[in-house]
Amino acid sequence: MTQTFSSTGRDSFVGTPRSRIDGPAKVTGLAKYAGEFSAPDLLHGYVVSGIVAKGRIKSIDTRAAEAVPGVVKVLTHENRPRTAWLNYNYQDQVAPPGAPFRALYDDKIHYSGQPVALVVAEDFDTARHAATLVEVDYEAEAPSVDLSKVEAFAYDPPMKRNGIKPPPKPWGDADAAFDTAAVRVREQYTLATEHHNPMEPHASTVIVEEDGTYTVYDKIQGVSNSQGYLANVFGLKKDDLRVMNPYLGGGFGSGLRPQYQLFLAMLAARDLGRSVRVALTRDQMWTFSYRPEAIQTISLGADRDGTLQALRHDALAPTSQFEDYQEVVVNWSGILYRCDNVALTYKLAKLDTFTPADMRAPGAVTGVFAIETAMDELAYAAGQDPIQLRLKNYTERDQTQEDKPFGSKALKACFAEGAERFGWSKRNPEPRSMREGRELVGWGMATGVWESMMMQTSAHAILTADGKLEVGNTTGDIGTGTYTILTQIAADTLGLSMEAVTTKLGDTRLPEAPIAGGSWTAASSGTAVMKACRDVGEQLFRLARQMDNSPLANVDFERVAFADGHIEVAGDPARRVALVDVMRAAGVEKLEAVGQAAPDKDFNSQYEAYTHSAVFAEVKIDEELGQVRLTRVVSAIAAGKILNPKTARSQILGGVVMGIGAALEEESMMDTTLGRFMNHNLGEYHVPVNADIHDIEVIFVDEEDRANPLGVKGLGEIGIVGTAAAIANAVFHATGKRIRHLPITVDKIIG
Amino acid sequence: MLIESGSPVAADTKVGISLTINGQHRELQVAPWTTLLDLLREHLDLTGTKKGCDHGQCGACTVLVNGTRVNSCLTLAVMKDGAEITTVEGLSGLANEGAGTNGLHPIQEAFIEHDAFQCGYCTPGQLCSSVGMMNEGHAHSRDEIREAMSGNICRCGAYTNIVDAIEDVMAQGGAR
Repeated sequence: MTQTFSSTGRDSFVGTPRSRIDGPAKVTGLAKYAGEFSAPDLLHGYVVSGIVAKGRIKSIDTRAAEAVPGVVKVLTHENRPRTAWLNYNYQDQVAPPGAPFRALYDDKIHYSGQPVALVVAEDFDTARHAATLVEVDYEAEAPSVDLSKVEAFAYDPPMKRNGIKPPPKPWGDADAAFDTAAVRVREQYTLATEHHNPMEPHASTVIVEEDGTYTVYDKIQGVSNSQGYLANVFGLKKDDLRVMNPYLGGGFGSGLRPQYQLFLAMLAARDLGRSVRVALTRDQMWTFSYRPEAIQTISLGADRDGTLQALRHDALAPTSQFEDYQEVVVNWSGILYRCDNVALTYKLAKLDTFTPADMRAPGAVTGVFAIETAMDELAYAAGQDPIQLRLKNYTERDQTQEDKPFGSKALKACFAEGAERFGWSKRNPEPRSMREGRELVGWGMATGVWESMMMQTSAHAILTADGKLEVGNTTGDIGTGTYTILTQIAADTLGLSMEAVTTKLGDTRLPEAPIAGGSWTAASSGTAVMKACRDVGEQLFRLARQMDNSPLANVDFERVAFADGHIEVAGDPARRVALVDVMRAAGVEKLEAVGQAAPDKDFNSQYEAYTHSAVFAEVKIDEELGQVRLTRVVSAIAAGKILNPKTARSQILGGVVMGIGAALEEESMMDTTLGRFMNHNLGEYHVPVNADIHDIEVIFVDEEDRANPLGVKGLGEIGIVGTAAAIANAVFHATGKRIRHLPITVDKIIG
Repeated sequence: MLIESGSPVAADTKVGISLTINGQHRELQVAPWTTLLDLLREHLDLTGTKKGCDHGQCGACTVLVNGTRVNSCLTLAVMKDGAEITTVEGLSGLANEGAGTNGLHPIQEAFIEHDAFQCGYCTPGQLCSSVGMMNEGHAHSRDEIREAMSGNICRCGAYTNIVDAIEDVMAQGGAR
């Protein structure tokens, strides 16, 4: 990997593989998660989940539960304390348009699994036991939970979700061009509802401090979101609410919005004046956020040589009755391929369920699976190699955004390097042509794409006289490696060792940063930390120039470098002075600065920014049993500069593994009569286990990007996008059977 | 050291047991329904052992009982009277003279070196399970390691790195 340009001064750590600095805490059990903090007066809340999907609570009898010694209170809609009246108070930073769900608000049942009571007791065992004694009598109505039956009620959401680009207006005439095209593909694609299922179930611990303020540990991907939500809902001052989350046991989007256990824990703590913890059970992880299913139709019309003449991508996705959740599903088709006649539509239909939520590469996993499977179908229909077909329809501009050029797009290098490593040239394109013993062998590929974003972010840097540096902000390290990359950036910017730097995250007392999501954290927080450190460096420089016989006299700041704990004249390291000596000479105990990062308006007015990938997959399928083994994946990634190849690789590995889950295993099955997910546990909702995962190779191709000073584009989502299509295409190559409905399970292969 | 656990309602139904946890002898009064996992997390403040599902389906709660890996969420504490329990907090103690420079068990060192975790929540279970698996001595190839480690789910998808870490330690002579 070649370096792009350096803005941290000198790259010693940035760009090199580094072990996670939070590693020792995580391998010794010292890393504490939201539900593991305690207080002497701690009470335990256990949620009673409703069992009907629609209707109302006729009566709720809590007497037996309250009679259990150790039970302090049972909160229901009948006795809950008052909270904010208006809906907007419940809208968190990333809420879609609508009226957010309020736990224990009234007797109305919106979805199956809705919390209907919170049993609060002196200890966990007692709360759990008493929760079984709460008697709820429901007046149930038949729920509507079948997306295929509400297509007639589909609508274009009137209020658009902030940050989510709606489909662009159509251009050309896709339908007419499709009708006259020489080669045509028109098919329907679906993927199943998926639940995030981070390993740490959602939990919140609200600690009531002696001065009446609150310290809250919440499972959230950005503590400022929980703080704002609690302040608005409970009428509290932000200064009286410290929200922390130093470690998050997996988020994948489930922790973007404050979930109902946070509301319930604070409700009980306020009511009882005692600290309260509410931890959800694994089955309760099916009672809120999920990746929505979607019904998609792709129509591709092309010339005989595969050149696209018509592209149509229509999607129908579900949302709840109370919010219009939206994600970008169909735009990707117009972003990936050049075509003169394009129509992209995205509609919602309401169901009696909880609101869907962002799950790793929301919308892109869905839409790119459809377009990239359809492109494979077109490759066969036109007699083209799948890579050649993609190159034929390659685009250097984003037609969905006024035909702006991409800031950078090294997708061709992904195709070339990925194909080379995978051995694509040895592929016989004929389905069922490759075999090993009783297994059919299939090779498939697909493209991945995700938006490269940056957000308004601040971060601080504090250098103390002992030469130690602290940097940090409110964002969270959700397993992505943020602690480590920020430490690398800070150390390089001020020429310190990584050991001299402490990075603090996930605490509302730190400068404000957005939630960790959208793959924007490295670019946003990385730039803010770098700027804060540069500011401290400039302060040091000014002090150094004032020193007697300063070796930096008559030198501009642009001409100095920071290395080995010194400021030196670039190219003349003999002229240098130690940072600690500068501070001692000036008599300062500490130097601090807050750095701000924001999207580059000039860049954004000229360019569109995306990460890209080429994913190659090999499957081996037992012809009689239909069992799929995914034996090999090569994922070639173009994502700008790679700050830490070790943690970066892990981000891609994780995305690929979750993509394998989407392709072959994950499916929350809805009982359409009861309106309830049936397989709400990890025994019946299958996620990949170790035996399912064989060789995964990750390649980072060279790509220089200038959307931000670091040249990074983000890696959290790109690894999952396209993976399911590559696998589905490999399954077709192995078996000759095109499966358009994820997950690809044995019944679909042999059925 | 006497620690009470379980519901206050059931004070008279508590059972006295003794456990050696991470080398430390403990006399405990526990309710018969309290799991080893809840005993560790809720009553002994050993929160390194994680609760991922409470159903024996995810492996996050894996600890070593007399050197054998078990799901502590499916184990009632009273069933293990007299047993020696090792949790993630005690792994480095298990290593003794084999501990690396920062006092970690070789498997802990290898997990850091191979980036065998991301969020870290499944990690304590993965580590204890790895040590238990090596003690069993059945797994030798990568395929066998994958199979034998399939009771521990990692949602971050660090599986290939976990296998790399275990292979590394096995090549050095296995668990201690």
